[in-house]
Amino acid sequence: MLDDPSPQPSPRERGEGAVASTLDVVLQVDGLRKRYGDNEVVRGLSFTINRGDCFGLLGPNGAGKTTTLRCCLGLIDPDGGSITMVGQPVPKHGREARIRVGVVPQMDNLDPDFTVRENLLIYGGYFGLPRDVLEARIPDLLEFAGLSTKREVGIRTLSGGMKRRLTLARALVNDPELLILDEPTTGLDPQARHLIWDGLRQLLSQGKTILLTTHFMDEAERLATRLAVIDHGVMIASDTPRTLLAKHVEPEVVEVYGDEAKAWADVHGRRLSKRLEISGETAFAYASDPQPMLADLATRSGVRYLHRPANLEDLFIKLTGRELRD
Amino acid sequence: MMSYATKLYALPSLSPRFLPVWRRNLLVWRKLAIASVLGNIADPLLYMLALGYGIGSLIGNVAGMSYIEFIGTGMVCQSAMFTASFEGMYSAFSRMHVQRTWDGIINAPISLDDVVMAEWLWAATKSVMSTTAILLVIMVLGYGHTWLALWVLPVGLLVGLVFGGAGLVMNALAQNYDFFTYFFTLVLTPMLLLSGVYFPVEQMPPALAAVTQFLPLKHAIDLARPLMLGHVPEQAALHVAVLLFYAALAYYAALVLTRRRLLK
Repeated sequence: MLDDPSPQPSPRERGEGAVASTLDVVLQVDGLRKRYGDNEVVRGLSFTINRGDCFGLLGPNGAGKTTTLRCCLGLIDPDGGSITMVGQPVPKHGREARIRVGVVPQMDNLDPDFTVRENLLIYGGYFGLPRDVLEARIPDLLEFAGLSTKREVGIRTLSGGMKRRLTLARALVNDPELLILDEPTTGLDPQARHLIWDGLRQLLSQGKTILLTTHFMDEAERLATRLAVIDHGVMIASDTPRTLLAKHVEPEVVEVYGDEAKAWADVHGRRLSKRLEISGETAFAYASDPQPMLADLATRSGVRYLHRPANLEDLFIKLTGRELRD
Repeated sequence: MMSYATKLYALPSLSPRFLPVWRRNLLVWRKLAIASVLGNIADPLLYMLALGYGIGSLIGNVAGMSYIEFIGTGMVCQSAMFTASFEGMYSAFSRMHVQRTWDGIINAPISLDDVVMAEWLWAATKSVMSTTAILLVIMVLGYGHTWLALWVLPVGLLVGLVFGGAGLVMNALAQNYDFFTYFFTLVLTPMLLLSGVYFPVEQMPPALAAVTQFLPLKHAIDLARPLMLGHVPEQAALHVAVLLFYAALAYYAALVLTRRRLLK
């Protein structure tokens, strides 16, 4: 069925010294293309997700993330390329593939006419699962979502975070092999986001495979074992987060701001850093050894600065640019 | 790989997986059943009694029956038509667009074709429910003459399939709820006035009466009225065929337009 000759073992498996077999490829996308009229939204995208991976698909708005997910689910037909999800060719056997996949959509679509428990029960019914199987699963799912005390409560009274957690639990109702999450924490407050992340980490430790789209770099940093940065429908970079950072970004950053920041950047910043970017009122000075720069800044007045290690946000901005996307 | 157009106009791919979606609608309905049934009965009942006794006392018999019997059958068909239209438009639009319930469903192993089938059959199911409710009232009032009247139930089903499908066509085209007003003004109201719900079409000028032959509700009424009086309808096969034709046409149009709207 899946005969990729040399699948990449996931970092987690590598860490444990296990060897990945061909059966451990959960999603394989090859040369995916999708156009709307004259606008080619996805332009030859390829990636592989191995069992146990948390694969982060990063990209600015309009990069083609959601279109890619919809193609993988078999909801829209690609114009080119091939997709194999949980061993099924998609879109040809999209339905068979979706039986073993859970989806957390970008926008909540819980059923407002039902209670928390009924939502899980009804959704499980769409997978053809018998009621007694579902009744047995629901307590664990509610426990996982931290909603055990809300089981008979209507959806309309739940907070945004509770709704997202229920949506996540709903995506697990069929005990999926692959979990697809489209911007799962957009619009949530920090506490609610951390709860979702805890849940996802728990699932990963149970060996679930996750495909996650996000534009929150801290989310990708915390969860993803592999990352792909896409923009304008093409893959810009793909690897483990650490390798990507090492490959593309200097290890340390000094953010300089304040009245004199621009003047300092033009005169001294460029000289003392490897790479310097100005965004609004702030200068981002990237360096491998920032000590000379920090020593210089300590003598200046009219500037304030923050020294930190480079992170995925720096990587993302370097790869996709600073201009605003709508 | 199938081309977009081939896929768009493909015949429906049917599977029993539409059933859980139909059942979902039934379970929601059950929560609101009392209000829903009241609404189904009260409105047509008030019309039937007010017009039947009010106008009926002025004009005596119409087409060989008391006016209340005449209008009673009209109300059965009218209510089946409104119930399915309403379900196919407002309720389906809430589920598709406002609540995004369909988006959630098609992420499960259920296709959009299954969803449209479920919604179509659900709209028709609600027509049968309202037909049943009004039929019951008419029987209790003593106007159902023989068991033949029960054949009005499948007529209600056919009316539901025609107008549920038409409602879903409107749903697939709608940007907001206001859009459905066109269907009421341009389709349902003329349909009511020209199909012999309130007065026999034979009263109209011949040219207009000829037009009524193309209206599905007219054929439903031609089936329902004799059945209520205890007669087997003339040309029953023709009337059924016309209703089936409109039902299939509306369903297929709704399917293609819904695919065009959502599968992109």
